[in-house]
Amino acid sequence: MRWLAEVHVALRPGIADPEGETIASGLRSLGYDTVSEVRAGKLLRIAFEIDEPAAAEAAVDEMCRRLLANPVMETATWELRADEQQDADPALP
Amino acid sequence: MTIAAAPSIVVVVFPGTWSERDFADLAGALGWEARLVWHTEAELGEADAVVLPGGFAHGDHLRTGALARFSPIMAAVGEFAAAGGPVLGSCNGFQVLTEAGLLPGALLRNDHLEFRCDWQWLRCERGYGPWLGGLEAGDRIRLPISHGEGRYFADEATLDELERSGRVVLRYSDAAGTVTEAANPNGSLRGIAGIVNQRGNVLGLMPHPERAADLELGGDDGLRLFRSLERWLQELPAAAERRL
Repeated sequence: MRWLAEVHVALRPGIADPEGETIASGLRSLGYDTVSEVRAGKLLRIAFEIDEPAAAEAAVDEMCRRLLANPVMETATWELRADEQQDADPALP
Repeated sequence: MTIAAAPSIVVVVFPGTWSERDFADLAGALGWEARLVWHTEAELGEADAVVLPGGFAHGDHLRTGALARFSPIMAAVGEFAAAGGPVLGSCNGFQVLTEAGLLPGALLRNDHLEFRCDWQWLRCERGYGPWLGGLEAGDRIRLPISHGEGRYFADEATLDELERSGRVVLRYSDAAGTVTEAANPNGSLRGIAGIVNQRGNVLGLMPHPERAADLELGGDDGLRLFRSLERWLQELPAAAERRL
């Protein structure tokens, strides 16, 4: 069964994020005066095949821990769903 | 009296590494042997020291050093380090060492978001280990830096432990050797430019010693790390222990 995972990787709270600060300053200069903070991060969309739902959860968790985020400075959060079009070509959005 | 064999270093090359030839040229100029070893190799072969050079291993995709740590050669580098062998990681090599867990902390995007390529003064905080044994605390050296992701980060507890155990060995300074915010080129916490592991045999630093090895090219302070290594190797009690 095919799964789609969306993994969000971000700097841990409290770690200076100059990229986010620069984007916030860009938004404010466009007139969005109330923007107080932007935190930049990465979005990784991952399509993979595995049979059991529990195994799919475990696989994403392991991917995050082993490679996708460095716990020294990053956090990873993810959403996992079954690909609705199981028989079609891989449906990465 | 015995004449020691010339030191031999292995320079690890990942796809995207760009400083390996400078290290090999430097070794050649010193009369040393240098062997370039491709990252897919499982063995380092015989070596007195191992260098992880600068560049953009595996394109620096995902994070600097994140993919390089899984290259087959890294298991051998880890074993060499665990046996006490001298390992130097410069720039991207430092980033790889932190990702591989051979050194604590991480290197983040420079606080000003610019890629910074310049000469940089550094203050030696402790002349310690194979790479810095020939320097003394307070010595100033001038080396090139060339990086976009050199902001050293570790949590406060780790930073305190590094300081307490004397493992912060190099800090960014001005020409007078004073560590100031203005002299810090990337926003590194506590001005940290280089650290060593607990045993002192693994050094990671953002600057490029291999690019400061010839006075005609602006400076030769980088040679001091290699003179330190040479002396350290000569002082090892037995040749058997030299070849780690």
